[in-house]
Amino acid sequence: MATRKAAAKPTSQTASRPNVSAEDLLHYYREMLLSRRFEEKSGQMYGMGLIGGFCHLYIGQEAVVVGLEAAAEEGDKRITSYRDHGHMLACGMDPKGIMAELTGREGGFSKGKGGSMHMFSKERHFYGGHGIVGAQVPLGAGLAFADKYLGNGRVTFTYFGDGAANQGQVYETYNMAELWMLPVIFVIENNQYAMGTSVKRSTMSPSLWQRGAAYGIEGEEVDGMDVLAVKAAGERAVAHARGGKGPYILEVKTYRYRGHSMSDPAKYRTREEVQKMRDERDPIEQVRQMLLTGSHATEDDLKAIDREIKEIVNEAAEFSKESPEPSLDELWTDIYA
Amino acid sequence: MAIEILMPALSPTMEEGTLAKWLVKEGDTVKSGDILAEIETDKATMEFEAVDEGVIGEILVPEGTEGVKVNTAIATLLAEGEEKGAAPAKPAEAKAEAPGQATPAPAAPATAAPKAEPKTDLTPDWPEGTETKTMTVREALREAMAEEMRRDETVFLMGEEVGEYQGAYKVSQGLLDEFGAKRVIDTPITEHGFTGIAVGAAFGGLRPILEFMTFNFALQAMDQIINSAAKTLYMSGGQMGAPMVFRGPNGAAARVGAQHSQDFAAWYMQVPGLKVVMPWSAADAKGLLKTAIRDDNPVIFLENEIMYGRSFDVPVMEDFTIPFGKAKVERAGSDVTLVSFGIGMSYAMEAAGKLAEDGIEAEVINLRSLRPMDTATILESVKKTNRCVTVEEGWPQGSVGSYISSVIMQEAFDYLDAPVITLTGKDVPMPYAANLEKLALVTTDEVIEAVRKVTYR
Repeated sequence: MATRKAAAKPTSQTASRPNVSAEDLLHYYREMLLSRRFEEKSGQMYGMGLIGGFCHLYIGQEAVVVGLEAAAEEGDKRITSYRDHGHMLACGMDPKGIMAELTGREGGFSKGKGGSMHMFSKERHFYGGHGIVGAQVPLGAGLAFADKYLGNGRVTFTYFGDGAANQGQVYETYNMAELWMLPVIFVIENNQYAMGTSVKRSTMSPSLWQRGAAYGIEGEEVDGMDVLAVKAAGERAVAHARGGKGPYILEVKTYRYRGHSMSDPAKYRTREEVQKMRDERDPIEQVRQMLLTGSHATEDDLKAIDREIKEIVNEAAEFSKESPEPSLDELWTDIYA
Repeated sequence: MAIEILMPALSPTMEEGTLAKWLVKEGDTVKSGDILAEIETDKATMEFEAVDEGVIGEILVPEGTEGVKVNTAIATLLAEGEEKGAAPAKPAEAKAEAPGQATPAPAAPATAAPKAEPKTDLTPDWPEGTETKTMTVREALREAMAEEMRRDETVFLMGEEVGEYQGAYKVSQGLLDEFGAKRVIDTPITEHGFTGIAVGAAFGGLRPILEFMTFNFALQAMDQIINSAAKTLYMSGGQMGAPMVFRGPNGAAARVGAQHSQDFAAWYMQVPGLKVVMPWSAADAKGLLKTAIRDDNPVIFLENEIMYGRSFDVPVMEDFTIPFGKAKVERAGSDVTLVSFGIGMSYAMEAAGKLAEDGIEAEVINLRSLRPMDTATILESVKKTNRCVTVEEGWPQGSVGSYISSVIMQEAFDYLDAPVITLTGKDVPMPYAANLEKLALVTTDEVIEAVRKVTYR
């Protein structure tokens, strides 16, 4: 599977905030926009019946993965739940292969056998794509266990949501991760709703990152709508984990604009609540404003980026429709190594 | 009247032990709670306390004696004023420090199992003329792990009490000393979590051996075994899988009740993506475990606590492995095919021996691996004998035998002269009471009876 070309390394001087170059800002803008447009297209294609089963969109949460990927080094690993399209795009997996997996075609990352929730890329160190809420948490610690065992200096970003944060295996994992000083960063993407149940209705001690204190794990809360804040926190977490100090927890406060899955009637929150977030906190709009007010880009520059992204997404969609369904022999392959 | 102090049973499956050391001598006054002796089993050395007060009359079994049967009188205890040599009265109650072992265990537990393995007509898994040595299943498992850990740095052992405690059942004894804490890792009691970590480590390039203290506890980790370990290779289109071994004792031990006595063979055997094996002999244990560790897939390796202490011949070879998917005909015969695996083989072999005395020659097939399953060997045998009895400890509905029976029906129906009988454990949770437990398990007598039914003799 092809890999997208990594963005140019930041070189120039600071933009609207210290230590952020215009190139960096443009890179984040581009990456977040790609995720947004990709997901919008996914929703559209789901509506057309081209994507089946469960499909969980990442719209609204883009700053989380884009900010953290900016803090990662080549070779670092990531693992997440079923809301995984954004993570895959952000770590450099080809949008064509992702979309073709969503349509269940041969050109998909799992040859059409995994689907939206179960996708992997060994080449990009993306370990899934897991459909059982919370299961990826010990798996992620296990990846970190392997890295520590092999002494290769890598860290693993283990993403899970506020819903998974109530699974017992998360705390079993916290205990062992700290006990064994595993180089793992637990990223709680707190989008405030576990399917339809708000954090308030499901969770005592609503500060999720502080639960790590019971195991001696350091962590912090992060504004997940602000990509620069996420990146800065990610760098602290990475320094901690890579520095041999064990696990670190980032509770990233974010928000998903769309339903839990495509079949979510969204009766548990008001339209106004969603609209307010979109209007006031949108992560892409924030970067866009920084770029414009800092005179790092013109409206025309940004329009050009928009067109470019749209093109990438359209190509991915076309590819995913043209790629044939897997051959019938594929039913019987990849069961055993 | 003097009372006898008896050799205590210190574990559910202990039948005999070594009287390692006396801490009292004849003439010593002892009171309840004093340590009398150190008793060594194949699993542990334990202190043995007095329960009554009195004076040690006579030491009947000197220290250093091996193979002292449970309930053998090892000393006498005199009441005040009594003299050595007084007639023994009722036995003193033995008390060990092991929790839940406060009463003297009548050696009942293991009585369901035959005392000695019948001689087998081996078609060996090793070249003719190879030197063999006798070892227990426990030693064979340990040797397999040690050899593979020496061979491959990415192999490590993880589980509860595998390290400093030297293994809850002493299978991993000595491995911590040889390989260190990096590769022999004690976990907290947290099956769901550490199973997920081990699967993740396998994704990340290592080859974990995950020991469950017993497979009953793996129920807590079922999601990680099935959804994460077994399916990831398929879901990733072949990009990544979990090369690892899940091992530990499975099935009934002895008198440990419903939650600790269950055979999971049929459960795991159902799952594509898993390989499932169950050794019977020590040679099986060694050869199959080495193959399991080298396999690039998740392997469920089902051991049996009662079998750990049993001895068999194992070849002395540089690199002895047994391939998966290859059953072994342990005994040739023409009248009926007995198919079994794991401890069920002990009943099948014992039954075959007894049936031979009556002129009924049973062919006994040791399946060894349940997935992949060597149905070809079963079918070949059934086509010769025209009759089949399967023997296993698990429950009847959806049993391993049910599957074998369906294969025979579909592939060798015309060869059958009698319906296939699938012998299993009874369809009940395992009871604690000794007599009921015996009734719940499959027995040699039931095998004999089933064979008589299908052979009409």
